Amino acid sequence: MIAALLMALALQAAPELAPAEEARAQGIMREVRCMVCAGESVLDSSAPMAGDMRRFIREEIAAGRDDEAVRTALVSRFGHEVLMRPPLETRTLPLWLAPVIFLLLGGSLLYGSMRRKTRKDGL
Amino acid sequence: MIAELGRFLIALALTASLAQMLLSWIGASQGGRSAYASAGRTASLAALTTSALGFALLIAAFIQSDFSIAYVAGHSHVDKPLFYKVTAAWGGHEGSMLLWCLILALFGYGLTRIGPSEPAFRARAVSLQGLLQSLFFAFLVFASNPFDRLDPAPLQGRDLNPILQDPALAFHPPLLYLGYVGLSAAFAIAAAGLIQKISGREIATALRPWALGAWTALTGGISLGAWWAYYELGWGGWWFWDPVENASFMPWLLGAALVHSSIATEKRGAFPGWTVFLALLAYVLSILGAFLVRSGVITSVHAFALDPERGVWILGMLGVSAVAAFGLFAARAGTLGEGEGFEPTSREAFIGANNLLLAATAGVVLVGTLFPLFVEMLGGAPVSVGPPYFDTAATPLLVLALLLVPVAPFLPWANGGAKPALKQMRAAILLVPVALAGVALVWFGAPILAVIGGALGVWVMAGAVMDIVKSFPLAKTRALKFATAGRAMAHAGLGFIALGAAADASRPADVNSALGRGESIEIAGRTLTLSDVRRADGPNYLADRATLSVSGGSEVRPERRFYWAADQHTREVGLGSSVTGDLYVSIGEARPRDDGSVAYEIRAAFHPLVWMLGLGASLIVLGGLCALTAQILTRRARRAVTP
Repeated sequence: MIAALLMALALQAAPELAPAEEARAQGIMREVRCMVCAGESVLDSSAPMAGDMRRFIREEIAAGRDDEAVRTALVSRFGHEVLMRPPLETRTLPLWLAPVIFLLLGGSLLYGSMRRKTRKDGL
Repeated sequence: MIAELGRFLIALALTASLAQMLLSWIGASQGGRSAYASAGRTASLAALTTSALGFALLIAAFIQSDFSIAYVAGHSHVDKPLFYKVTAAWGGHEGSMLLWCLILALFGYGLTRIGPSEPAFRARAVSLQGLLQSLFFAFLVFASNPFDRLDPAPLQGRDLNPILQDPALAFHPPLLYLGYVGLSAAFAIAAAGLIQKISGREIATALRPWALGAWTALTGGISLGAWWAYYELGWGGWWFWDPVENASFMPWLLGAALVHSSIATEKRGAFPGWTVFLALLAYVLSILGAFLVRSGVITSVHAFALDPERGVWILGMLGVSAVAAFGLFAARAGTLGEGEGFEPTSREAFIGANNLLLAATAGVVLVGTLFPLFVEMLGGAPVSVGPPYFDTAATPLLVLALLLVPVAPFLPWANGGAKPALKQMRAAILLVPVALAGVALVWFGAPILAVIGGALGVWVMAGAVMDIVKSFPLAKTRALKFATAGRAMAHAGLGFIALGAAADASRPADVNSALGRGESIEIAGRTLTLSDVRRADGPNYLADRATLSVSGGSEVRPERRFYWAADQHTREVGLGSSVTGDLYVSIGEARPRDDGSVAYEIRAAFHPLVWMLGLGASLIVLGGLCALTAQILTRRARRAVTP
C-alpha cells in the first residue's frame, strides 16, 4: 500500500507543456547542471535528482515564470554552481576576457613577424 | 609467474630507457657517430622490446583471467567475451599507462631509424625521448604497476565498466595515445634542436612528419570517442566540452596549429620560434591532459580511473617537462633564426592567422577547464564552466578560422596578392549566397548559429573542391599529388563537420514519454509505436529489448542492460539511420501503471545529418594520411639526392 503510494508520487508526472514552452524548458535544462552527476546537464542525466530538477523546471515554466526567474529560483536552491554558464562578474572576468587577451597577445606576435618584411623593404 | 616476469620486463624497460637517455646524450655530444650513439640506439630497441613483451604478458594475464593480479581483478571477469578481456588490458589506468610507455618507446625507436638526418641532432632527440620514456616508465614501475599482486586472489573479477565494453572504445585509447604520445617525438626533436642550436627551419623539417602522424592519430582517436559518446552514453550528444574531452582537444588544436605552422617554417622560414614553441607546448598539454584525466582533480563523465596520489606523480612529470622545455626555449630561442616577414595577403599571413585562432581557442579551453579549479583553490564560491561558456567563447574563434580555410591555399607565399586568389575563387564565392538560401530553406526556422554553420560548411567544401580542381593538375610529382589531395580532403572534412554540427544544433526538441505496448509518440514527422519488449540477455548481462516500429516500415531496437558483475545498468540506444539523419531512441525503467499494465520510459530524439560528422572526421584522417604519405615520399626523394 505504502509502496503503491510512493510509486504514485514518483510517477506524478510533470505538467504537459505546449511545444513552445517545452522547448524553452529544455533550453534551460540544457544549461543547468545535474548536482549529483559529473558534468552532465539535467537534460541528459538519468539520475533521479535530475528528474526532480526537470520536473521543477517544467512546473515553474507552467506557472508562467520567465527563464530568468526559473534560473534565479534554481540558484537560490543550489547555488551558482547549478548554472553551466558562469555569470559575468568581477571574479569571472579573467574567464570571459580570455579570448580577447589571447587574440591580442597572439595578434601582436603575428603583426610583429609580418612587420619585419615591411621594415626591411623600407630600408 | 606472468606477473613477476611482467614486473621484471617493465623494470628492464625503465633501465633501458635510462641507458638510452645517457648513452645517446654522450653520443650526441661526440657528434652522433660514436659507439655511444649506436649503443643508445640499441638501448632504445631494448626498451621497445621489453615493454612490448610486458604488454603482451598483461594481455595474456587477462586472457587467463588471472585475478591474483590486482589490475586484472579490477577490470575483468570470467564471463566477459574474449575480445573485451583483451581490450581491458588498456581499459584502466595501469594498463593504459603501460600502453603510453610502449608507444613512447616505439617513437623512441622510430626516432633512431627515421629521426632528424643530422647524426648529432638525431642522437640528441633519441636521448630526450629516452628522458620522457624514463619519466613515464618510472611512474609505471613505482606508482601504477599493472602487475601488482592481490593477496588473497579473489575468485571473481570486478569487471570492466560495462559502458567501456564497446568496439569503438576498444580502439579509442590506442589511437588517442598514438596521438598524445606521438607529440612527444615532436617535443624531443624541438628540444634537441634547441640544444644543438639547429635553425628553426631545419627543426621544422625534422618534426613535420611526426607532428602530422600524431595529429592524424589524435583526430581518429577523438572522433572514435565522440562517436562512442553519441551512441553509448544514451543521450545523443557527441561533444560535451567535458574536462576529459577538453584535455584531448587542447593538444589536437595545438597539433593542428603545428601541422600548419611547420609548413610555413619549412618552406619559408616564417615563425621559427613559434613552431618550436608549439611543438614543446603541444606535448606539455598532452601530459596536462593525462593529469586532468587520471588525477581526478576535475570530475567528468569520462573519468574512469581516479587517484589523487597518481596526480602528484603526473604533476611532477608535467613540471619537469614544462620547466625544462620552456627554460631551454627561453635560453636558446635566439639561435632559431628569424623569418623574412611577409605581406598581409600572403599564405604565411593566413597560416599565422590560423595559428593565432587555433592557439587562442586552445587557450580559452585551457582557461575554461581550469577556472573552476582555481576558484576552488582560492576559496571562492564554486563556479561551473560548462558548454554554454565554450560555445560562446571558443566556437566563434573556430568559426573565424573556418572562414579563412578556403582562401589560404590560393594565396602565394611571401609577397602575397589577393587578386589572383580572388579570381580563382570566384566560383566558390558565388556559392555562398546560394548556400545561405539553401540552408535557410532546409532548416526553416533554424537558429541563426545553424545557418551560419551551414553556410560556412558549404563555403569550406566549395573551397576544397576549387583547391583540388586548380591545384591537382599542377602537381607534377607523386608527393605533390598526395599533398594536394590530403589538404583538400582534410579541409573538406572540416566543411562536413561544420555542416553536421550546424544541423545538430538545430535539431528538434527531444520527446520523453512513458509508453505501454501499442502506444505511440511522434518525433520529426515520424510515428514511433512500441510494439514489443522482450528479454535479450547476453553473455555477461541481462537485457530488455524494445522494438519500436517507425512509420515508413523500419524498426528501432533500444536495449536496457544490467551487467551483474559490475552491478550497473546501461542503455543501448536504438538507431534508425537514414540520409536525413538518425532516429535515436533509448529505453529506461519499466513502470507499473494504475491499471496494472507496464509502461516504459522512452526518450526519442532526431539528429539530422549526423553522418556528416563521421564522414568529416574520416576525411580529415584520410587527408592526414595522404599528407603523411607525401612527407615520406618527399623525404625519400631527398635522401636519394643527398646520400
